[in-house]
Amino acid sequence: MAIESLPNPALPSRSGPSLGFLTATPIIALATICLTLVILSAIFAPWLTSHDPQLLAPALRLKPASSEYLLGTDAYGRDVLARILYGGRISLLIGLGAAVTSIVIGLFIGLFSGFFKLADAVMMRVMDGLMAMPGVLLAIAVVSLSGATLTTVLIAITIPEIPRVARLVRSVVLSAREEPYVEAAISLGSSMPKIMLKHLMPNTVAPLIVQGTFIAASAILTEAILSFLGAGISPETPTWGNIMAEGRAFFQVKPSLIFWPGLLLSIAILSVNLIGDAARDALDPRMKQREAGK
Amino acid sequence: MLGYLIRRILAAIPVMGVVALFVFLLLRLTPGDPAAIIAGDNATAEQLDRIRTQLGLNEPLYTQFFSWVWRLLHGDFGTSLISNVPVLQMVNQRIEPSLSIALSVMLVSILVAIPLGVIAAWKHGTWIDRFVMALSVIGFSVPVFVIGYVLVQVFAIELRWFPVQGFRSISRGFGPFFERITLPTVALSFVYVALIARMTRAAMLGVLGEDYVRTARAKGINESGVLFRHALRNAAVPVITVIGTGFALLISGVVVTESVFNLPGIGRLTVDAVLARDFPVIQAMILLTSGVYVGVNLLIDLAYALLDPRIRY
Repeated sequence: MAIESLPNPALPSRSGPSLGFLTATPIIALATICLTLVILSAIFAPWLTSHDPQLLAPALRLKPASSEYLLGTDAYGRDVLARILYGGRISLLIGLGAAVTSIVIGLFIGLFSGFFKLADAVMMRVMDGLMAMPGVLLAIAVVSLSGATLTTVLIAITIPEIPRVARLVRSVVLSAREEPYVEAAISLGSSMPKIMLKHLMPNTVAPLIVQGTFIAASAILTEAILSFLGAGISPETPTWGNIMAEGRAFFQVKPSLIFWPGLLLSIAILSVNLIGDAARDALDPRMKQREAGK
Repeated sequence: MLGYLIRRILAAIPVMGVVALFVFLLLRLTPGDPAAIIAGDNATAEQLDRIRTQLGLNEPLYTQFFSWVWRLLHGDFGTSLISNVPVLQMVNQRIEPSLSIALSVMLVSILVAIPLGVIAAWKHGTWIDRFVMALSVIGFSVPVFVIGYVLVQVFAIELRWFPVQGFRSISRGFGPFFERITLPTVALSFVYVALIARMTRAAMLGVLGEDYVRTARAKGINESGVLFRHALRNAAVPVITVIGTGFALLISGVVVTESVFNLPGIGRLTVDAVLARDFPVIQAMILLTSGVYVGVNLLIDLAYALLDPRIRY
């Protein structure tokens, strides 16, 4: 029998990761549905409510729920439902943006650190330093100094996430570069960029998809914390954290100002985390061992 | 062992160096005049000048950095621009609430999470296991301020078992202190319990299949002896690691919890400093919390050698 005809189980399939894990168990399926609903309600917010989330109406302040205002109004007479629907846009945008940005930067740093020993020593000390700073403190400091815009909030949330990606990519690269196919590529004289992009980077795809979902969940949470502490995007912009921050003063009068956005925020983060867990089980079985053995 | 100790302490120096450099550059790299950023939009030229002199902003960058580090090493963390009080003195006045919460959360979480994780691994695949795992995903996902307000609504406003907010020093009696620290502790413990229980379960699952566990059972040792004396001791290293790395989460959590329950701790101090752009205080708080994080993880690394005789350096 010709050896070449034997199937090689080590080769990843060409078709790419399947999305079947999104319905692996009833709970994961529920999480997928919840997240889809949250995303759709954020995208189609203008069609789901006729109220302007920023329109001030002092005469209508702190009205209870009614058929006109399904969740009532806040301290400035704005429709709470409209603010919550529009608020989802910022949260999801930050979650996606932070995941993509930190993965792009972390991938770059991780590939170089894993490949060049000299760069590794320096980069990993920098990453250790970044990881030592509590993420929320670092983020509120960055935002307060550079002004609270969507971009600065995104940057502030992304910085503490970069070391996690860089370390993950580095560990994958360190084990992959010992593989015979990488040694073969090196001895055949392949160029450095080609080895990195063609032979090393594909190994990082599955763990990065998993890590990306966890980063998205953590970024949504951090954005809400920043807004809640008063150090996030300016208060008139509806975000879940901002609605809750304004609700703090009226908590004893109208607790729903905190509970509704809090509920949606929790559902969104919970769904993303559950999907991340399912993705890890489906795409990256080795990750569990890495986590347990570090 | 002594060699390892020294190497490990030396390794913490570059980490703190990076933190110091980052904190230093934070103000200098933001676009615009640092003095103007601190003073705000309505500052007079005189105020700007005063800030520049106070922070040494007229000196070259590297001189500023090294003289700043030199002062740090001598215990001078700067003076608040708002209250003119030395930062360390401010921290000292407000450390008690933060330390109380951090320590009680750690204690409660370890006492709750480790047995939960052990039982989940022992009853692997049963409803108990699924319940613990579900609890840990929820604990990880629901933000501490949402949990905090739910607890306040139920236990402080409806049932009136606890005060809504505030802090009372332990020196004024344990009862009032305990009353006010319970809800914040419970609120913040969720995420830490989730983290530790998850890791305990994973580590225990790893060791429960080992030969020595089978041998212990064959010798007729009762099940709790097998689980806690034979298995847990061998699963301890990753669990303790996650207690250490989770410390960063705990610090961030304390900042938020203090805002929810209106506790006058260093978290509130930091947030107030950020809102007032009191830069020396912000710098010092990031440095101090990072220092505590590095110190805790250093101690944990050293604890490995004592806990696990297989680790020899």
